[in-house]
Amino acid sequence: MSADKFSNPVVRWIDHRLPIFSFMDHELNEYPTPKNLNYFWNFGSLAGVSLVIMIVTGIVLAMSYTPHVDYAFQSVERIMRDVNHGWLLRYIHMNGASFFFIVVFIHIFRGLYYGSYKAPRELLWILGVLILLLMMATAFMGYVLPWGQMSFWGATVITNLFSAIPFVGDSIVTFLWGGFSVDNPTLNRFFALHYLMPFLIVGVVILHLVALHRFGSNNPIGIDPSGPQDTVPFHPYYTIKDFFGLSVFLTLFAAAIFFFPNFMGHPDNYIPANPMQTPAHIVPEWYFLPFYAILRAVPDKLGGVLAMFGAIAVLFILPWLDRSPIRSGNFRPVFKIFFWVFFADCIALGYLGGMPAEGIYVVLSRVATAWYFLHFLVILPLLSVIETPKPLPQSLSKSVLGGSAMAGAASAVKEKV
Amino acid sequence: MKWFGSLIFGCILFVSNSFAAGSGDVVLKHKDWSFSGPFGTLDKSAMQRGFQAYREICASCHSLNYIAFRNLSDLGYSKAEIKAFAAEYEVEDGPNDDGEMFMRPGIAADRFPAPYPNDAAARAGNGGAYPPDLSLITKARANGPDYLYSLLTSYKDAPGDKEVPDGMYYNAAYPGNLIAMPQPIYGDDVSYADGAPADISSIASDLVYFLTWTAEPSLEKRKRTGVKVMIFLLIMVGMSYGAMRFIWSDVKKA
Repeated sequence: MSADKFSNPVVRWIDHRLPIFSFMDHELNEYPTPKNLNYFWNFGSLAGVSLVIMIVTGIVLAMSYTPHVDYAFQSVERIMRDVNHGWLLRYIHMNGASFFFIVVFIHIFRGLYYGSYKAPRELLWILGVLILLLMMATAFMGYVLPWGQMSFWGATVITNLFSAIPFVGDSIVTFLWGGFSVDNPTLNRFFALHYLMPFLIVGVVILHLVALHRFGSNNPIGIDPSGPQDTVPFHPYYTIKDFFGLSVFLTLFAAAIFFFPNFMGHPDNYIPANPMQTPAHIVPEWYFLPFYAILRAVPDKLGGVLAMFGAIAVLFILPWLDRSPIRSGNFRPVFKIFFWVFFADCIALGYLGGMPAEGIYVVLSRVATAWYFLHFLVILPLLSVIETPKPLPQSLSKSVLGGSAMAGAASAVKEKV
Repeated sequence: MKWFGSLIFGCILFVSNSFAAGSGDVVLKHKDWSFSGPFGTLDKSAMQRGFQAYREICASCHSLNYIAFRNLSDLGYSKAEIKAFAAEYEVEDGPNDDGEMFMRPGIAADRFPAPYPNDAAARAGNGGAYPPDLSLITKARANGPDYLYSLLTSYKDAPGDKEVPDGMYYNAAYPGNLIAMPQPIYGDDVSYADGAPADISSIASDLVYFLTWTAEPSLEKRKRTGVKVMIFLLIMVGMSYGAMRFIWSDVKKA
């Protein structure tokens, strides 16, 4: 990349010494991207925008928030009532968390279906799972800050999970709380960490992007672009497509913010925290419900905690569980069925996590939890051995043209198996 | 500490049972509120009547901590009227130069004085039951406006098989049906200056309007802004879609 391609002399002067313009040109402008990406590939950029929205609104909210058990709830209400457009900032931040998770969940299922975790993108995937973990920790601590009833009792329940760790559990819980119950020190440290962790996420996102740009995006066909005829420059083709996706996303997001801002929240969180009074029904935020269902499905406390963390941990080793060389689910007829069963299983877990743990719900939670792990630990490894994939197209261009499947490519794949 | 952990864990597993049992008894009445929907607005005269009903009926037990007199301008009151309302209350201020707290008439910047000095006093004055602050009540209950309206209008005689202990009252809309608050509205409890009807359901409805506003004074502004934002974004969706199709037109055919 020579600096000559820039006509502006100032840009040229800077770029010669600090090649930031060449870098941006390379990564954001001419960056070759498969031309057959569908709308599911919009969700990565949407997640990035969501992160920025959360950080910007969060910083402004922090200017008017007081992390103290006696003032936290009041200061949030003050933001809602007396800070100029505070209600808007707070509703954006509150609903932004939910929308961030919606976007990221779709992004993850996209990766699961199209095999985006497979070689050579294993580290890209692992960094993504790490981002999910950091997001979950950040969202959990953020939900504690308004110091409503659900904030307090959610924090109590979740931090108590660590007491299941043998021998040192209770000490760890005391350490997390900064005392002997969820109290002011807990709120203070959660605020500090809630402010810190989004920037850790930014760091991992940068690594995620570096890993992405090493081999470029996967695509719905799942074979590598064979040459320039299979790709388009990122700008303007994907900048405009991402912008269109962003417009649709913002429209749905705005509808939630302005017309049903409390739909995804819990009414109990408008009651100030009261350590003397347990709410009738402690439920986490909706995006934690599948994991909550897994936690409750196991009758043993330590077992439940291990299963819940295991549900995330299994994602880290996914690239080595699914050994099939075919990336895209489009060419794996059996995998495709099990993918949708798994998707339904995750929705079912989400539903069950919100239901009381009694009667049929307990049984269903156990079945759904068992299936979750069965899918990763048994079905995927088995499928990679026994499944006969459909023939793959020879190139992305051919498939864009609607060309027929090529026998040659399929036999090449079989040799690799 | 271990027992506490187990207790909390037990809560997750079993407390939900009581919730399911309680919610089965609740019968909510649904009303079409003017503030629901994307174009919803708050009815100012209903809010003024609700404000009067709050002061004359609810305020003897329930506080309204997040509302200042100055906020009443949202209800359509003039500055002079607000000053007059505020001046009706005695507010504690201080300390003065002698280090003493003193009482003075309220000003527009003051918040509504609470009926009890603290939670314990509020409980002591109400047979052990705590009268919650009403500022956020319609947001702090599921289906808040309907719930509040139903609660205020669903006092009735307990069915034969239901035992009502001393100091408790039967209410069809309250979870578990036994509530410590005696029936607050009987009809004609207030006489409205505008001559509006003052039967039980009218007063209850007026209170819902007032307390929906106290829960979120920015509600109308939020919805009005929302409509403008949606128009802007829908145009943006259309234009970006057109631009995308234009830019991609040479790729799809390639």
